[in-house]
Amino acid sequence: MVAEKPSKKLFAVKLRVWRQAGPSAPGAFVEYSLNTVNPDMSFLEMLDVLNDDLTMKGEEPVAFAHDCREGICGTCSCTINGKPHGPGQGVATCQVYMRAYRDGDVITIEPFRAKAFPIIKDLVVDRSAFDKIQQAGGYITARAGSAPDANAIPVPKGDADLAMDAAQCIGCGACVAACKNASAMLFVAAKVGHLGVLPQGQAERDRRVLAMVSTMDSLGFGSCTNQYECSAACPKLISHDFIARMNRDYMGASFRQMFKAEAASTGGGAG
Amino acid sequence: MATLDSKIPAGPLAEKWRKHKVDMKLVNPANKRKYEVIVVGAGLAGASAASSLADLGYKVKNFVFHDSPRRAHSIAAQGGINAAKNYQNDGDSVYRLFYDTLKGGDYRAREANVHRLAEVSVNIIDQCAALGVPFAREYGGLLANRSFGGAQVSRTFYARGQTGQQLLLGAYSSLSRTVGQGLVELHTHSEMLDLVVVDGHAKGIIVRDLITGAITRHSADAVILATGGYGNVFNLATYARGSNTTAIWRAYKRGACFANPCYTQIHPTCIPVSGDYQSKLTLMSESLRNDGRIWVPKKKEDRLKKPSEIPEADRDYYLERIYPSFGNLCPRDVASRAAKRMCDEGRGVGESGLGVYLDFADAINRLGENGVRERYGNLFDIYHEITAESAYKQPMRIYPAVHYTMGGLWVDYNLMSNVPGLFVLGEANFSDHGANRLGASALMQGLADGYFVIPYTIGDYLAGQKPGSRPSTDRAEFKQAEENVSSMNKRFLASKGKEPVSHFHKRLGKIMWEHCGMARTKASLEEALKLIPALREEFHANVKVPGSADTLNQSLEQAGRVADFIELGELLCRDALTREESCGGHFREEHQWPDGECKRDDEKFAHVAAWEFQGDGKTPLRNTEPLNYEFTKMSVRSYK
Amino acid sequence: MNLFSSSIGRKILMAVTGVVLIGFVTGHLIGNLQIFQEPDHINGYAHFLQSLGPALWIARIILLVCVVLHIWAATALTLENAAARGSGPRYSVKHTIRATLASRMMRWTGYIVLAFILYHLAHFTLGLAQRDTFKTVLPSYVMTGDYHVMGLTVVTQDTEVHDVYSMVIRGFQQPVVAVFYIVAIGLLSLHLLHGIDSLFQTLGLRSAKWSGCLRKVALVFCALYFLGNLLIPAAALLGYLQPLS
Ligand SMILES: Cc1cc2nc3c(=O)[nH]c(=O)nc-3n(C[C@H](O)[C@H](O)[C@H](O)COP(=O)(O)OP(=O)(O)OC[C@H]3O[C@@H](n4cnc5c(N)ncnc54)[C@H](O)[C@@H]3O)c2cc1C
Ligand code: HEM
Ligand code: HEM
Ligand code: SF4
Ligand code: F3S
Ligand code: FES
Repeated sequence: MVAEKPSKKLFAVKLRVWRQAGPSAPGAFVEYSLNTVNPDMSFLEMLDVLNDDLTMKGEEPVAFAHDCREGICGTCSCTINGKPHGPGQGVATCQVYMRAYRDGDVITIEPFRAKAFPIIKDLVVDRSAFDKIQQAGGYITARAGSAPDANAIPVPKGDADLAMDAAQCIGCGACVAACKNASAMLFVAAKVGHLGVLPQGQAERDRRVLAMVSTMDSLGFGSCTNQYECSAACPKLISHDFIARMNRDYMGASFRQMFKAEAASTGGGAG
Repeated sequence: MATLDSKIPAGPLAEKWRKHKVDMKLVNPANKRKYEVIVVGAGLAGASAASSLADLGYKVKNFVFHDSPRRAHSIAAQGGINAAKNYQNDGDSVYRLFYDTLKGGDYRAREANVHRLAEVSVNIIDQCAALGVPFAREYGGLLANRSFGGAQVSRTFYARGQTGQQLLLGAYSSLSRTVGQGLVELHTHSEMLDLVVVDGHAKGIIVRDLITGAITRHSADAVILATGGYGNVFNLATYARGSNTTAIWRAYKRGACFANPCYTQIHPTCIPVSGDYQSKLTLMSESLRNDGRIWVPKKKEDRLKKPSEIPEADRDYYLERIYPSFGNLCPRDVASRAAKRMCDEGRGVGESGLGVYLDFADAINRLGENGVRERYGNLFDIYHEITAESAYKQPMRIYPAVHYTMGGLWVDYNLMSNVPGLFVLGEANFSDHGANRLGASALMQGLADGYFVIPYTIGDYLAGQKPGSRPSTDRAEFKQAEENVSSMNKRFLASKGKEPVSHFHKRLGKIMWEHCGMARTKASLEEALKLIPALREEFHANVKVPGSADTLNQSLEQAGRVADFIELGELLCRDALTREESCGGHFREEHQWPDGECKRDDEKFAHVAAWEFQGDGKTPLRNTEPLNYEFTKMSVRSYK
Repeated sequence: MNLFSSSIGRKILMAVTGVVLIGFVTGHLIGNLQIFQEPDHINGYAHFLQSLGPALWIARIILLVCVVLHIWAATALTLENAAARGSGPRYSVKHTIRATLASRMMRWTGYIVLAFILYHLAHFTLGLAQRDTFKTVLPSYVMTGDYHVMGLTVVTQDTEVHDVYSMVIRGFQQPVVAVFYIVAIGLLSLHLLHGIDSLFQTLGLRSAKWSGCLRKVALVFCALYFLGNLLIPAAALLGYLQPLS
């Protein structure tokens, strides 16, 4: 975020907001002016003020997704002036503060746009595709009660830190929204990377990457052309190095799978 | 009059849970799939319960109002999770964790529950590590720990400043696995709006699809609510905006007792309020108190000076001064009230005067800026984003804010409410924290409930239900509950009012914070009990809910939740008024020791107050469950 | 198999074929730069290649397969990526955070290079364009010395060979042709600028530790590749190189 000393003077902005009544309804931009913007307000608080105004005028407020309002739940999802999550680096929409804007600015607010994220209403999109990818393999199978002592499997600090770097993904979908190809590679790579780095994740490592990538493909995401927009827009600045890592894993897994067909039928698991 | 049988097993404290597990009835594996269990919520408690029950073989239906189970409010927990692993060899044990938690709760929790929690805490860490939770590690690859408020040992496990996120993602990954395997039927964007009770047993719920507006009926053999806390009754709180009380409130209105609603926790280290547009307060993890020192200027005149211009000698490190043995690590309620006292004395810092300094200068000297960044970098970043100030250069300004609710639906040792078949887990129940929760214990409790308690205790109930006996959703009870929900929505949409829902939520929050916040008095509570019913009237007459009921309508969702908060606010104040003592998070100014500490009244109030709904507009009934301390002595809680 | 059906598989296919193609164009450039030596060199070289017979055809087939696969994968991914953006409206405010120009022009540069290759084959291999200066039309060239490859004599003195030297120079004396080559080669260099960086990422061999270095290597390679290729048409156009006939 811009680190200027906030001048507490209220200012005015013009908003161009995407309004769309439902998934199949046509959408359009509607302009609103807001004259009482406080630089210390968060972007979403600014939308709250707009919505209260609209409600009092008897109009329908703008639907937008939000929950934690502190950059961790991954619910908020606006593209602001063409950039998912708006100005700043490593922040989610809810962490954008109005001190990033000046009096008279025009702010265009759109939903995340991708075929795999259909619009539900106004700025709210359906990101359940991410859950489906997780369901395909984004886990380590460990039923409650079956775990060994946590210190029985040491994890070198470097690996634990690396896993954590990937695990921080908040599942917001900004990577998809920012990618020119609407590719979900960064999200999937973050999951695959997190579990693949840890010793606990080895047994299902091959199966996981194959299953998650094939589910990703089947859900209509685009494919990566290595443009690194995703990692730049990512509120957790997850590195695209994880994409390289996933590509490598995928290659290895596909290769091993080719020579494994017989072993599998004799009862051997993947991995 | 509800019967409150806590069902605490007999026997020595450390044997109770083990023995109980042996004594409970089991469901035969072949029969398990004939039972259907509804789990509402997929936070730590809900997600761990849903996946564990599915793995056992039950058919599970999981409902969340979020767009994905991974967004539950548990995701926001920062600091860590406690467990009595004693990996640090610093004298920790199950008993010590039990004792700390009980004492931290100001002797208002059940011994047996707390002991069980401490026992299973060790399994939680094992389970989470197995699921791939990237806990912080030492160079040797073993797990690292940090210390947390209210404890003199290092037993808190953490994953940077995002422990809740990582634990939730772990539980969510298991849930995702079971959904993928077809063992759990997941319903997202689905808000439970009523509980269906058939022949005295909880047998179903009514759900609104938040996208299509469709209202549906779901029946089951048992219903589990794991819907989180109700702290947003204060409007400004550290909770996610969507957190609400609706599920447990509507269950309360169907007969489940609401226990100790007045036990609310104020967290000492939050970023102070900046303006009236404010929508939430952001927590700065308590772990900061490990290395940060809290102070205010000794002299009032200094409060607006730059902190760097106030010499050491003119600073009052009041926690270290008043509580020399716990210092900056004293429990939350103690630290919060101390901050309030400093501000009340006129020594608060920042423009509003509602703030104290949390200073890292010493830590930076000791560990270097990078050392501090390594431990708290993300928290410092959050602080910077919100305030545009760098805590590496100047102390943070912090102030207490509502953070957790110890109260919730009453449950017995099996986590079942007084309505048979209705189980309540996680923050939604009242069970384990007494009048105050220690840091890093909520995550522990949520996962204990979901992974290690409910899988055993639900079987005991289900074994008594005939397989396949769950009622049809055509029954009158379902129909009536559905009509209840749709007519409520119709009323909101038809209201010809002028004010948005948020307007009433803000006003409620103000009443609650001023009259029933960090310090409560008889007068303030009586005043609140006048203001809230008036606000309720005004709300129903003057709220404006635009749009329709058959699309995504966030105003409509909010209207229902705020309506429930207003009613709950009233009960909360009533509970606070009747509890004529101070304990933990409940501080009645009339009941304090000369040094300003809580003065409990164990003679009259060593009990759980479980409120029973008597009908709209009628005063609820106060049932009590006495707290019998068999193994520990209730003593004056001291952190000096 | 995954290589053809999955997104990452196709990417790998593209990267691997890309490596082969880079190998070819680099070798081809080095071979072509012999034009700055005695005509014996390039003409002997061309003759040597033509004389390889089945080996030449194997190489040609490999190349052809690579080009076809590369283009097939590129086209399939391009179509899917366009579909993935959705059929609805696009962002009304366009904003790129850091994707490089080269990376965003891959499709354009790729297809224009394809057009160039087709023209180039018609020009120098099949003689369909500029028929009058094609090697078979020009008088043959008599080697003035032996031509060696790795110390082995592969074309002996006095052998009559095609005068590729003159064909190329004459070809480039046409300004339109020369400029088209220069532009195409510029675009190919741009294609490779992203392509090289990208193929390491695709093959999982790129990381923050050395991505800066990789970018520099790619940049230097592409600049040299462009300059090397530029020299030939430029020298012909400016009259530095003169045809023998
Ligand atoms: C900022 C912050 C930091 C914290 N840090 C810590 C910490 O460091 N350590 C610690 O131990 N604790 C911490 N806590 C407390 C802890 O995070 C929570 O108490 C705990 O996560 C609650 O988990 P839960 O599963 O009970 O509920 P939640 O995580 O709140 O989940 C509620 C679930 O119920 C669903 N739901 C609710 N109502 C309905 C309905 N009507 N219909 C359908 N679904 C519904 C939601 O969709 C959600 O899935 C912190 C809390 C906050 C606010
Ligand atoms: C001699 C010719 C060519 C060479 C040496 C070459 C080389 C490469 C290389 C190395 C890559 C990167 C592969 C990866 O990262 O996965 C690439 C990508 C690509 N090439 Fe080519 N290519 C050539 C011709 C073409 C042609 C003719 C086309 C036209 C269709 C084309 C289209 C593409 C596309 C679309 C990409 C993907 C872009 C991306 O990964 O960002 N290429 N090429
Ligand atoms: C200034 C640049 C170039 C020159 C002078 C040049 C010259 C030639 C010549 C003379 C031949 C024919 C050799 C023969 O059959 O006797 C040839 C063939 C060929 N060139 Fe080039 N070329 C150039 C650039 C390129 C580039 C950039 C590409 C690819 C993208 C390319 C691809 C080919 C191919 C595929 C053949 C056919 C090889 C075969 O016979 O199978 N050339 N080139
Ligand atoms: S990788 Fe980053 S941008 Fe993508 S979903 Fe995760 S947090 Fe969001
Ligand atoms: S922006 Fe898109 S192209 Fe790949 S590197 Fe990121 S997914
Ligand atoms: S609202 Fe949770 S990340 Fe923005």
